[in-house]
Amino acid sequence: MQSRVPRVILTVFFVMLFAIPILLRKQTERKEHADKIASAYPDISLSRYGFHLKEVAHQSGIDFTHQAPELDSKLAPIMPEIASMGAAVSIVDYDKDGLPDIYVTNSAVGSKNCLYHNLGSGKFKDVAAEMGIADLNKPGDGVCMGAVWGDYDNDGYEDLLLYRWGRQELFHNDQGKVFTRVTDTSGLPKWVNANSAIWLDYDNDGKLDLLICGYYPDNIDLWHLKDTVMMPSSFEFAVNGGRKYLLHNLGNGKFEDVTQKMGLNSTRWTLAAVSADLRGTGYPDIFLSNDYGVSDVYLNDKGKVFHESGKSVLYWGIGTGPKSGMSASVGDIFNTGKYSIYVSNITEEGVLIQGNNLWVPKEGTSGDSIQYDNQASNLGVERGGWSFGAQFGDLNNDGSLDIFLTNGFISGDKVQNYWYDFAKVAVGNSAIIGDAKNWPAIGNRSHAGYQQKRLWLNDGAGKFTEVAQMAGVTDTHDGRSVAFADLSNSGALDVVVANQKGPLLLYKNIVKPENSWIEFSLEGTASNRSAIGAQVRLRWNGQEQLQEVSGGSGFCAQNDRRLHFGLGKNPQIKEVQIRWPSGKIQTITSPQPRIVLKIKEPI
Amino acid sequence: MSDTAIVYQNSTPRRLRIDDRYIAPIFITCILLVGQYYYHILESYQNTVLAIITSISMELILGKMFTGKWPHWASAYISGISVGILVRSPFIWPFALCSAIAITSKYVIRYKGRHVWNPSNLGISALLFLAPAYVASLSIQFGNNIGPIVVIWCLGTAIIYRLRRFHITATYVASFVAFAFLRSLIVHDPFLSELSPLTGPVFQLFIFFMITDPKTTVHSKHGRMLVAFLIAFAENIFRLNGAVHAPYYALCIVGPAALVIDLTLSSKRKQAAVLEAN
Repeated sequence: MQSRVPRVILTVFFVMLFAIPILLRKQTERKEHADKIASAYPDISLSRYGFHLKEVAHQSGIDFTHQAPELDSKLAPIMPEIASMGAAVSIVDYDKDGLPDIYVTNSAVGSKNCLYHNLGSGKFKDVAAEMGIADLNKPGDGVCMGAVWGDYDNDGYEDLLLYRWGRQELFHNDQGKVFTRVTDTSGLPKWVNANSAIWLDYDNDGKLDLLICGYYPDNIDLWHLKDTVMMPSSFEFAVNGGRKYLLHNLGNGKFEDVTQKMGLNSTRWTLAAVSADLRGTGYPDIFLSNDYGVSDVYLNDKGKVFHESGKSVLYWGIGTGPKSGMSASVGDIFNTGKYSIYVSNITEEGVLIQGNNLWVPKEGTSGDSIQYDNQASNLGVERGGWSFGAQFGDLNNDGSLDIFLTNGFISGDKVQNYWYDFAKVAVGNSAIIGDAKNWPAIGNRSHAGYQQKRLWLNDGAGKFTEVAQMAGVTDTHDGRSVAFADLSNSGALDVVVANQKGPLLLYKNIVKPENSWIEFSLEGTASNRSAIGAQVRLRWNGQEQLQEVSGGSGFCAQNDRRLHFGLGKNPQIKEVQIRWPSGKIQTITSPQPRIVLKIKEPI
Repeated sequence: MSDTAIVYQNSTPRRLRIDDRYIAPIFITCILLVGQYYYHILESYQNTVLAIITSISMELILGKMFTGKWPHWASAYISGISVGILVRSPFIWPFALCSAIAITSKYVIRYKGRHVWNPSNLGISALLFLAPAYVASLSIQFGNNIGPIVVIWCLGTAIIYRLRRFHITATYVASFVAFAFLRSLIVHDPFLSELSPLTGPVFQLFIFFMITDPKTTVHSKHGRMLVAFLIAFAENIFRLNGAVHAPYYALCIVGPAALVIDLTLSSKRKQAAVLEAN
């Protein structure tokens, strides 16, 4: 009898081991259920988290539904998988009326893009047709994948770069009255299957340059395929994607291809790009999030050449763990004056748990020897879904940057899904997965569909709390692109989400009035007039936050160029330091909060 | 995976001979290191180290407690490293939990003095089934190139042949190919898509280490071949029902059932022989 006791104890212990995951699951389900109930009561979110988001697109005059492209019939069995991108949103004040406007792309041949002019009363009006930038999905040109805005000729009005699977287009903004197509004389590449483009001034010469990133190789015309060998050669190490184009602005409306000269030789499957001065050198570095592989990090050597450093485990560690990078955004999440980089990937329960990456600078490292750790798991921002666009922004004005993440790939039949078929092929050899004809037909099945979004609130002390449902983000569309802007100049960041084959959503942000804010609208003089690359370092209440004007971030998105800082309660702003791309440092002492500060680069 | 601890006779000079208990650990460690160096197959070293430490610690403690002897570490090492390679999770606790389930099962679920479940297979299957929100299986590839696959297949075949387990692997692979063809006819998917998993790294580990585990396979050669076929058959059923982790579940069900039947029949045969002798 005595000898049985240890065995009984061991058996109980064994059973308890099995109980652990079950109990954890129950706990998660209870929280999700509570959040779902609470989402119906905005006051709870407002009092608990300091803000609430309300979807108001229709009331605001926005009724846009994205249409997906129809590609070569050879791809018919897996058409939803291939034609799964194109819903993109970017924010611009195209007419300089002080109110951010919204541009959204469509992707079916014949479908129209929309430019929602902000009327200032919470209402928007589509003016794309009259401005000449609506009908941009014509047969033979390819279909729109996204758009970014930048004043390439420094005339004070933001111009439009439209990127497609197909021909790229550049539109000159004629003083906010109409857009003129200037593609033919611009020197843009003829055909790029692009899923990402950003404006940046990589050599700080005061003229905005362009980076356009191919996804599929350039020699593929998705409407006239020679054969079906057009898929990635690997799901984790593919380098048979599209080339990149770094286009130097010559200043006469022309751009010169300097990609090879500058060392941007990646042919990975890039889905997102972001540029920021990661090392404090005064020059913007480039981060590429690549599908089917590792990320690329290109370090800017004083505007003369880029060095690819992502592969170096010693220095970066970013370019070693292959995942499915789909978004790239930078933010100073700990208010330390250093950027972290958020990259979205895929997480599907029980099938594929890549997890998103949050690359945080290691303590004690900086400059050229800066090192990054993936802290997504530790900080609780790892698990999304089939994630696409993500952005940093202080949604509750508490002084810390939060993260909004879109999720969802293909929402079809709610019962049947494609995961098994996807998984069985995706692990195989390149000869199998590289040929679309080897992929089982998806039919009307879902693939990571109907997924909830994530909104992680940053408490500023190293903890993020997921509050999407509670905060009012309850949609389950197939989210792609997300952009932030204070659309009503009220000091609250609103959220605009473009959904694949779904509606454009506008989440109006209602923030607790106690939390203060300040915004900066910058205009370069010696620097590029859009001030892309300008850094604002805000010091208040003993802390410091760094932000940078971006020429595109997230997935196929661009936030409003104005920089928004949440300040919390009773802020005492010590100073604002602006480092312009030209190198000039401008300091403003003790500005008042709750204003949009317009600042022109001093001559 | 394999609890390979059987010492076979061979003609290699003693000073050159490697104890067969170390062959599988050495091989799987080489796969891990080469895979990590070239393809970064691990999420982190810490997770794998935790899985190995948990596995060996549990083995030593439970072995000493229930048998009175310090068990050899090789078997637990393979279980731990297998968990470290095959489990994918953003959390660290599943690695420890999986190893703990794997090793504890050896001392709890026993039949006629033997543990019946392949330890790591049970641990991984249990977590995949019970904790899908936290755990998935290895999805990363060895570059999708044919080179690494050929090397692993050649080395794996040579080692398994030396350990006299090749017939299991061969039967399973042949059965898998046949069932893949059958499935392609049933579901009208391309044959290559059904064959595709066989070219992935999970299967290389599965067919060389997991299904060949001497401690949890039946005693006769033909019996082992039959079991390999039945695992492929069960996997085929799981696959037809869209189970992503079909091979783990198939082995988890067929392996122990086959071993229990085998042990029961052996026991009866022994009893009959004793009775006949008397």
